[in-house]
Amino acid sequence: MPKERLKRKISGSEKQVEDVLEKQKEEDEDENLWNVVNDDEEDSSDSDGDIEESEEEFKIESDDENDEDHSNTDDEEEEEEEEEEDEEAETDDDEDLSEKTVGNGLRDESDVDGSDNDKISDSNIDNSKHNNDSTNQKKSKNTKKQGLKNKINENKNETKTVIEDEYADYDTSDEEDIRNTVGNIPMNWYDEYRHLGYDWDGNKILKPEGQDQLDAFLKRIDDPDFWRTVKDPQTGQEVKLTDEDVKLIRRIQGQKIPDETFDEYAPWIEWFTSEVMKTPIRKFPEHKRSFLPSKYEEKKVEKLARALKMGWIKTKEEQDKLRAKKEPQFYMLWQTDDQADEMRRIYKHIPAPKRHLPGHAESYNPPAEYLFDEKELKQWNKLKDSPWKRKLHFVPQKFDSLRKVPAYSRYIKERFLRCLDLYLCPRAIKMKLTIEPEALVPKLPSPRDLQPFPTVLSLEYVGHSDMIRTIDTDKTGQYLVSGSDDCTVKIWEINTGRCLKTIQTDAVIRSVKWCPNSSLSLILVASGNKVILLNPHVGDTLVCNKTDAVLKDAPTTDIIISERVRTTVEWREPEEDEYAKGYRAVLTHFKEVTQVTWHGRGDYFACVMPDGQNRSVLIGQVSKRRSQLPFSKPKGLVQCVLFHPSKPFLFVATQRHVRIYDLMKQMLVKKLLTNCKWISTMDIHPGGDNLLVATYDRKVLWFDLDLSTKPYQTLRLHGTAVRGVSFHKRYPLFASGSDDKSLIISHGMVYNDLMQNPLIVPLKRLQNHKSANDFGIFDVHFHPLQPWVFTSGADGTIKLYSN
Amino acid sequence: MVAKKKKKYSVGEGSQFISRRAALNKLQLSLNDFRRLCILKGIYPREPRNRKRAQKGQPGIKTLYHKKDILFLMQEPIIWKLRDYKIFNRKVGRAKAVKDFQKMRRYLDNHPTLKLDHIVKERYPSFIDALRDLDDCLTLCFLFSTFPSLPHIPRDQFMLCKRLTMEFLHAIIEAKALRKVFISIKGYYYQAEIKGQTVTWIVPHNFSFAPQPKQEVDFKVMSTFVEFYIIMLGFVNFRLYHSLNLYYPPKLPTTDVSESDKSLVDENIYVAERIAALNIPLTKLSNQTEEEDVEIDQFPSDTSAEDIEKAKQEQAKIKTLKTLFKGLKFFLNREVPREPLVFIIRCFGGEVSWDKTLFVGSTFDESDETITHQIVDRPNLDKQYISRYYIQPQWVFDCVNARELLPVNKYFLGEVLPPHLSPFVDKERDSYQQYIPPEEQALYDPSLRETLNEADESDENVAEEEEKEENEAEEDETEDMENSNEDEMQSTSKLQKHKLSVKPGQVYKEEPWEKTRQERQEYKLREKMVKNKHRKLYKSMMQGRRERSKEVWLLKKKRRLHEEQKTKQKSKAKQ
Repeated sequence: MPKERLKRKISGSEKQVEDVLEKQKEEDEDENLWNVVNDDEEDSSDSDGDIEESEEEFKIESDDENDEDHSNTDDEEEEEEEEEEDEEAETDDDEDLSEKTVGNGLRDESDVDGSDNDKISDSNIDNSKHNNDSTNQKKSKNTKKQGLKNKINENKNETKTVIEDEYADYDTSDEEDIRNTVGNIPMNWYDEYRHLGYDWDGNKILKPEGQDQLDAFLKRIDDPDFWRTVKDPQTGQEVKLTDEDVKLIRRIQGQKIPDETFDEYAPWIEWFTSEVMKTPIRKFPEHKRSFLPSKYEEKKVEKLARALKMGWIKTKEEQDKLRAKKEPQFYMLWQTDDQADEMRRIYKHIPAPKRHLPGHAESYNPPAEYLFDEKELKQWNKLKDSPWKRKLHFVPQKFDSLRKVPAYSRYIKERFLRCLDLYLCPRAIKMKLTIEPEALVPKLPSPRDLQPFPTVLSLEYVGHSDMIRTIDTDKTGQYLVSGSDDCTVKIWEINTGRCLKTIQTDAVIRSVKWCPNSSLSLILVASGNKVILLNPHVGDTLVCNKTDAVLKDAPTTDIIISERVRTTVEWREPEEDEYAKGYRAVLTHFKEVTQVTWHGRGDYFACVMPDGQNRSVLIGQVSKRRSQLPFSKPKGLVQCVLFHPSKPFLFVATQRHVRIYDLMKQMLVKKLLTNCKWISTMDIHPGGDNLLVATYDRKVLWFDLDLSTKPYQTLRLHGTAVRGVSFHKRYPLFASGSDDKSLIISHGMVYNDLMQNPLIVPLKRLQNHKSANDFGIFDVHFHPLQPWVFTSGADGTIKLYSN
Repeated sequence: MVAKKKKKYSVGEGSQFISRRAALNKLQLSLNDFRRLCILKGIYPREPRNRKRAQKGQPGIKTLYHKKDILFLMQEPIIWKLRDYKIFNRKVGRAKAVKDFQKMRRYLDNHPTLKLDHIVKERYPSFIDALRDLDDCLTLCFLFSTFPSLPHIPRDQFMLCKRLTMEFLHAIIEAKALRKVFISIKGYYYQAEIKGQTVTWIVPHNFSFAPQPKQEVDFKVMSTFVEFYIIMLGFVNFRLYHSLNLYYPPKLPTTDVSESDKSLVDENIYVAERIAALNIPLTKLSNQTEEEDVEIDQFPSDTSAEDIEKAKQEQAKIKTLKTLFKGLKFFLNREVPREPLVFIIRCFGGEVSWDKTLFVGSTFDESDETITHQIVDRPNLDKQYISRYYIQPQWVFDCVNARELLPVNKYFLGEVLPPHLSPFVDKERDSYQQYIPPEEQALYDPSLRETLNEADESDENVAEEEEKEENEAEEDETEDMENSNEDEMQSTSKLQKHKLSVKPGQVYKEEPWEKTRQERQEYKLREKMVKNKHRKLYKSMMQGRRERSKEVWLLKKKRRLHEEQKTKQKSKAKQ
């Protein structure tokens, strides 16, 4: 009998010997149980009806619930009629007899009858774990506890025969020891408790007293049967295996069929043969559809056939062929190398520019100087938000061998950006200049070919204690006059640098001018709001005395001076001490005079009073000691006036424009547009056709009066405001001096040929003055005969540059 | 009758350009389809001359396409394929939604495919045009050939890229067209000359693929490019192979195939692997080998004799370059990148092999006695043969760029390598505008090379000499002290003697820099006469020049500092 049970066990998934052993140790008790149910088993296994009968006696709510039965015991009889349909369904299944749950059938009628009061427990042991295929579910039987106990005592030594009977139908549903009612649960759930589940009465099964190692050891020594003693996890009791059990285990270990009596080589009985038997095994005939062709299948086939025919679906070969066709096929697309076929093309295609080729810095092993030092690296990292400003788009790296070079982390990104550029970046054809910057610089003759011009500083005239605003030379080129902010006018001998005379005046000298008439020794001095006619008494004494004589007595005229002129200017004779100083006439103006200029003949002169509104320009006549106001309307802030050297023209420079008036016809001839912010001064070429205009906004403008009213050339030679500009009377030279202390001498050739434009070549830059109060050079004046130039500076000196 | 007023922007630039949105409306395409179409057809936005007029007075900056480009797209047959795709996607989506998987599979099996052959012809009417535009194509295909399979990208693209690029390399090997190579930190640069066109491409270093953030890299766009480039490269390969008298698709010599057990391997894979090895010459269509020795004929043209001479020299150099490694036998160690080196060595006529277990296609073993060079990239090697040089891979690259076999002593196993220079920098540039490292100068000027070598070697000597000089200087100083004492004595006596005396006149010497200074000043003045129109241009050009020269200065300074440091270290090590 136990072999049978074990065989069952083994047929399940769990084949561990330990399990077998576990079961083995319960053997004794089990035998009793089996004895108890023995009689019933015989009946129940035979017929279904019996089972049903037995079932009637119990109501089982569900297979899983065990506890219900305890409460239901009282009501048993009332609910006898109820059947369990699950059980029935299972009994119908005739193919696998072993699967049949006969747990209920095992219940003994008589037992149940006789034990109304007994408590019944239905332990449903889920053996699905153990028996996956054959014995899925098992219902343990109900037994009367009382009877069980009795019978355990009685049948301890019962014979085996009975047992064999019991398992005639291989039912092993009751093989478990059901003293513990917890069911088939992992027993380690009880690890933390002192008990091991509950017995039939619901009392706790306490764990046996724990043995320590020593006890176990002693036991091992003492007990000869120790090797066959195992612990029952359900009860915690120790169980000794019988000889049969051990034998059985040995057979299993030897991979033999556990049942000794089983004949492996028994003759084969063919239950189902291919031969057609006279009478069918099954008692009903085959269904009609088993020999009629399926309509559904026919439809399906028809559909497939149609799909194949129509080419909706393809066979494997066809599919492969198609796939091969879909792969790109290459052939000779271009017959020749460079002959293009006539075909549609993109309109005005602009090919994408190629990528820049790498320089040394991109090398994996660049020269050491290409690697970033700390500063450069910092700079590189700082431009993280504006990477286009970086000098290099990567950090140069050096690896000492090729195997150490890693993949470039931004490679894919860079490729992607290139792709984006190719299809997203707007393209346009841009002209790229391939010229050198030198080509933009105009080709000019070399200064060496344009000599003579002043190149070296040869003399310094020191004596003034303040800025020298103005200088002028006499016509012979022997003497120099200068006017300064220290209110003095000094006469210098040019060749020696000696100061011949110093004339003290009342106010700041803004302008001095030597009379161009060589028979007169006269200097116009603008000092404050006075203009003084001064006889310097230098040079030819004859001329000086003659001048004095001419100016001695004022001509008397009966022309009535208009009110307007009279309020503007007042001529008066110098006083005694003034006369001694050299004053020959004094003109007192109503406003400060900033500039005076002579007419070429030396009789007329013009004065400028910028604040004078419509009376800002005044023309005086020495011989008649008379002044007149040429303009009746204000022309703006007049900066400077000039007489034309040969024609009766007056140039009037206001803040932005230069107006040319014909004094004879009394009309405006031209208005020159300077395109600058503020004119400072101007000078006219001795030929009279070219005008130089200096401006405070750093420019010097050359006007060709024949050409246009716009500047012929704008020279940006200086860095700051230009204050003085001058033409040489004889040589083709001009010079400009500015606040940046520099004097620039240029060649300005005017050709007689009207078709040829003037040639302007900057020749030399001279920088010897010191700056004072942000002023550099105030006035520039050429020597009338020699290619020499004088400059007066804010540092109180006059410098002579000669060739 | 009043003339009808013309509508604004109906003529001129306003009518020539069309914004992207309008283009989409006109073509009835989605943005994705339009993008794809633009990539395939090579249509790009254009920068108008006057943006305000071109975008019809609308504010902002719009992507403007030329109207004719859009009309050009409109007549493209693949637009219909793109529309088919739309329908196809809808059908598949529906089948998937209703879980009709059979139907879905059926749809997927006959998905529409784009045929791009005509577009290649259209974009590149002649073969030269295609070669001119091959740079991007090759670079992207080489990159894609290293990719694993990615979502949303057809799987066969990667395989096809691999195949085509390998075929292209074979064509270059056969044509011996490679001219310049360069190892950069980004990858290997190769420059080949095919039919007079220079083609440059980059092959990334190993393991170049890394997952990219979605907002940074869109692989779908790249895949669209690759879709076109594959076709283009295929046709280029075909033409190249035919012009080189080779079979296309490439064939291996039959003997090779018969040797192996054919039944064991898939033949296609077998051949593909052998081709990828790059080591087996392909079979030719006919056995005749045509030597292309085209002599430059003398034309009585206006080109000067110098130019012709130069061209001749260049050609001779290229001729020697083509057979640079002829007769040399290389063996690659395991750690050396196989593909680039095999490609280069084979391009210049060398024989090469590698460890059998590394890759298929190795022809001889390491123990072969006829090997002349073994390329190694490790600090030391246990077993060395005396009969061969053990050199580092940079030697091969530097030899190609120098167009001659360089001395190997600097590249021996474990040596500190000389710097690897780029061959792509312009050689005829101004040395004030661009820095030329001394190593590069040495390349053009062999005399400099010696000095450079000596400089390295003689550093130690210099240090010694310096010491000597210092000693001498000290001695001198002591002497000077004595002398000065004497001088003082003399001067005091002179003071006492100070009487009327005539000094000899001094000859006025013209200072050499005076002239240049004057010239510079003159130029500075002349500079101010630059026309107003060109003033800003001139200024910016000069500014750029100044910046460049500053960079040169900076690099020179760094070099000097570095060299000083090196000598210092050397002298320290000596002590």
